Amino acid sequence: MNPASLAPEHPPSAPARAPSYLTAETGPKSWLFTHDHKRIALLYLGTVSFTLILGGVFALLLRLELLTPENTIMQAQTYDRLFTLHGVTMVWLFMIPSIPTVFGNFLLPLMLGAHDVALPRLNLLSWYVFVVGIAVTLIGMIAGGTDTGWTFYTPYSTTSPHEVIPVLAGVFIIGFSTIMTGVNFIVTIHTVRAQGLHWMRLPLFVWGIYGVSIIQILATPVLGITLALVCLESFLGTGIFDPLKGGDPVLFQHLFWFYSHPAVYIMVLPGMGVVSEVLPALCRRPPFNYKAIVYSTFGIAFVGFLAWGHHMFVAGQSTAANVMFGVATMGVAIFTAIKIFNWVGNMYQGQVVFNAVTAYALGFIFLMIFGGLTGVALGTVGLDAHWHDTYFVVAHFHFIMAGPTLLAFLAALHFWFPKMFGKTFSARWSLIGAATTFFGFFATFTPQFLLGNMGMPRRSYAYLPRFQWLHVASTMGASILAAGLLITLFTLIHALFFGERAPENPWDATGYEWACASPPPPHNFEVTPVITRGPYEWPVIPEEARRAT
Amino acid sequence: MRPKSPSNNRRRFGAAPSSAGAAGPADSDCSTRIDPAEALPQIQFQDAVRQRHAASLAVWVFLSTEVMFFAGLIAAYVVYRYDYPAAFSACSHHLERWVATFETADLLTSSLFMALAIHFIQKNARRLSVLCLALAFLGGAAFLVLHGHEYATDAMEGALPGRFYRLAELPAVGAPMFFALYFFITGLHAIHVAVGMGLIGYLVVQLLRGRYSPAYFNPMEGVGLYWHFVDMVWVFLYPLFYLIH
Amino acid sequence: MAAGSTSQFFNTYMRKLLFLPRQGATYAAQVDHLHYFVLLTTLAVAAALTVTGLAFFVRYKQRVPGKRGTRAGQGLLLEVLFIGTPLSFFLLWLGMGIDVYLHIVSPPADAMQVYVTAKQWMWKFDYPDGPVAQGVLHVPVGRPVKLLMTSRDVIHSFYVPAFRAKRDVLPGRYTEYWFQATAPGHYDIFCAEYCGAGHSYMRGQVIALPPAQFHAWYAAHSRGRTAQDDANDPAVGNSLVAQGERVAANQGCLKCHSVDGSAHIGPTWLGLFGRREVMTDGTALIADAPYLTESMMAPAARIVRGYQPVMPSFQGRLAAPEVAALLEYIKSLHDLPLQVHPPEGPTYEPR
Repeated sequence: MNPASLAPEHPPSAPARAPSYLTAETGPKSWLFTHDHKRIALLYLGTVSFTLILGGVFALLLRLELLTPENTIMQAQTYDRLFTLHGVTMVWLFMIPSIPTVFGNFLLPLMLGAHDVALPRLNLLSWYVFVVGIAVTLIGMIAGGTDTGWTFYTPYSTTSPHEVIPVLAGVFIIGFSTIMTGVNFIVTIHTVRAQGLHWMRLPLFVWGIYGVSIIQILATPVLGITLALVCLESFLGTGIFDPLKGGDPVLFQHLFWFYSHPAVYIMVLPGMGVVSEVLPALCRRPPFNYKAIVYSTFGIAFVGFLAWGHHMFVAGQSTAANVMFGVATMGVAIFTAIKIFNWVGNMYQGQVVFNAVTAYALGFIFLMIFGGLTGVALGTVGLDAHWHDTYFVVAHFHFIMAGPTLLAFLAALHFWFPKMFGKTFSARWSLIGAATTFFGFFATFTPQFLLGNMGMPRRSYAYLPRFQWLHVASTMGASILAAGLLITLFTLIHALFFGERAPENPWDATGYEWACASPPPPHNFEVTPVITRGPYEWPVIPEEARRAT
Repeated sequence: MRPKSPSNNRRRFGAAPSSAGAAGPADSDCSTRIDPAEALPQIQFQDAVRQRHAASLAVWVFLSTEVMFFAGLIAAYVVYRYDYPAAFSACSHHLERWVATFETADLLTSSLFMALAIHFIQKNARRLSVLCLALAFLGGAAFLVLHGHEYATDAMEGALPGRFYRLAELPAVGAPMFFALYFFITGLHAIHVAVGMGLIGYLVVQLLRGRYSPAYFNPMEGVGLYWHFVDMVWVFLYPLFYLIH
Repeated sequence: MAAGSTSQFFNTYMRKLLFLPRQGATYAAQVDHLHYFVLLTTLAVAAALTVTGLAFFVRYKQRVPGKRGTRAGQGLLLEVLFIGTPLSFFLLWLGMGIDVYLHIVSPPADAMQVYVTAKQWMWKFDYPDGPVAQGVLHVPVGRPVKLLMTSRDVIHSFYVPAFRAKRDVLPGRYTEYWFQATAPGHYDIFCAEYCGAGHSYMRGQVIALPPAQFHAWYAAHSRGRTAQDDANDPAVGNSLVAQGERVAANQGCLKCHSVDGSAHIGPTWLGLFGRREVMTDGTALIADAPYLTESMMAPAARIVRGYQPVMPSFQGRLAAPEVAALLEYIKSLHDLPLQVHPPEGPTYEPR
């Protein structure tokens, strides 16, 4: 086997196992000052696991409070702060970073046949900036926490007596981390690809990360200056969003949603990349239409910048603006529809393996169908007049964004667990965790569609008694969801310490990342690969190697 | 983006440096010592050309984020200028146009010196390169001094943002808005100028230590791009704030 | 008629299935019909995709370990179908939705106007030349009503689920919302834009009355009150202060001037009398009786710094005794504590 001409699919079995990236160096300094993208990915994994649990705890407290129409366990102000912090934590501290920083960092060089990302020190810096941002946000929370909602609408946010500025500052800092990650990934994808890896041979996960990075670098700065303007107004009374001083509060909404609408794609595109990557492996056949997935990714990335006004249909915009934003919304929805059809079609003439990863991927698709179509319904403008700012919207964005991102994150964690840690996890318990999580999620948010139809506004501490039983149902669903996540957490932690040694490629997947050892050595590949096949083709194994296995 | 010094890793991974990017022409000027290792790329890059492209691309992508920073603010400015045309025009006339014109010329000249500095290092004329960098640095400093003077004048008159606004001769509705935007946007720009000066200072130190050569001057190119960008932003801000009719 | 009652039955059945409240406004039925169309299509598509997915899952499940799937061709025709079919539906729905939306934002010319002021955390309704109410909006059935809404402080949103529409209420601007009630009844009003601790208590009711009853209510509360009301209301009296309060309500002063210190379109009256005000030209003065009178008659002469020159002149609209009453009322407004509590029910400021 000539290593220079074939991707080294089956590295010659070494007499002694070479140290992996986990064991090559030890001690806290080797982790905190590492340049290794895989270790940085694990640093991020620890951090986002913490923020996920934090955001989840906030959510459970909210759902407990909503069991009764009036005071259950807290006062109105606490409730208002909690839903704000739930939103801020989940959006900026979990969903936006999670898949790109953990799996993008870990997998990108492996999938590109490279030894590291293009800018390893910037990579480490992005983690430190992220941690500082989280710390500042937490300080803001502990100091009392803002109660404006994660959307910080003016003039309430600029005149509220509560602690707005620390939370805004924390999010601003995290924005820089996001930008650094985006810059790093774009440069990486352009410049470290192995020989033979031309653009149309890139794995679909890489395309997903590429699309996300473009949105991140173009949208996040606008959020930065918008939050800075709110800070200035709060602190100095500049009047930019204050009607008494000639300002326009709706301008804030335009600036905010110009970022925050693309932000929802930052949250969901990486998940789409994960599903696009995982399904071919588990259905054991190539994607139904590779190019459709690639083009639809960029369709979402670009058209997603044009649809922000659909958050403002009843905010006092002109009808002409509403029509334009409605058309853009329908356009963006089409790209998601293309992906859904392609994913379902991936099973056609495949050999589908059913396990926790498949469950998560199929659950992702199912939630996306409902989330996406309710989004189209909201985008008709006329129906939004009824549903805007009600629980219908809350259910919609949890169905299309929160659920799928969470499920994709877990799918990725399970699928690449053997690659990252070299261990296997319990097939039965992981499947139980997946099923419980999915059903819990569905049970939590389906009643909320009905609450929205009934007219219950969102961000309401107290409500009329007739809404109660749907809230109780939703809270019951939330406890099932929490249970599912706990089962999954314990299953994976158990696997980490007591799991069996995993084979090099347990899924018999075709991805380039499976060509190196599991877990990989510090610099990924013993020999720099040369790519001679597509990402969804099985390697051609020479006769003598096949006979040896 | 300093490349690592060679280690055993380089040989083990078999990634031999390709012909491009090998140690440059022998240095005949002064006592600049070119470390052969400087020409070797980091392990994630296949050759030094790729590494240089990566550095350049990284700066361009970063600059696109900066464009979006200022674009958002300029959007806010456009909205309010549309709302208060007379007030904005009056405020614009009130500002010191000639000082700003001089600041514009100053920044453009500073950019020229930055470009010359890169030109000279490519020719291996290290001392001239240092001189040009120093002049670029001084250009930035002059800009900040002049701008600080403008701010001080405005502050004494009471032309300040939002609730600190005191200037009676300009329309009460619209002028505080103008000055809020003016101070924030030009202030943000001034911060970028200051950061740029810091980066130029870093380049001067590195150049004096002999770290750059015709074979490797990626950081200079990166900072040069950044400095030109900062200049370009000012070229936009200048007419927006100072040249309204 | 059979078709009519079938479609009515379908309408009611679907409405109840989806937990939608009664259709209280004329365009609510149109909104709901679009809702049913979108929803049923969505469910059909989701069901089809789920069935297809399950069928593939079962048919193509791996039964021999290690076996690999085949590469099935992807046709361009299929992709065109994947794009074309959903896009057609989406645009159709958008068209229908815009049509509905245009109905919702196009009030008829003969609509009865009511001014709405949203304030943390209550709704105030002001009928021109009519009553002023808090928390309850009486309207006649069968007649279009147009609401002109503004906020005293932050962004609120006026939402009546039974009418299937809402509109954000902004400070410093008037936004419009109209409806025509189809049947008598009580319809909940909610605030749909988070506005602080009392947001979830910022509720109200639309009470739609048959025309005759509405006119009776309107007349009763516009032209004087019963003795019983007088006896119950301590603020009523013939004192100048009380008269001034009435004048302020009736003349619309309170649309722009608050009495509790909150910032609004005009300077607050709380503590105004004797306050040092700075004008736009930089001069300062004490707000005394001559200045306040001048403000009412020739407001454009001097504008307080930070406010827009939007106050109309009341020359010829206020008799001298009314001006005096207003001055006394303004003088009486010293520091009062802000009260936050859910509206207790309708209260009427008497004329």
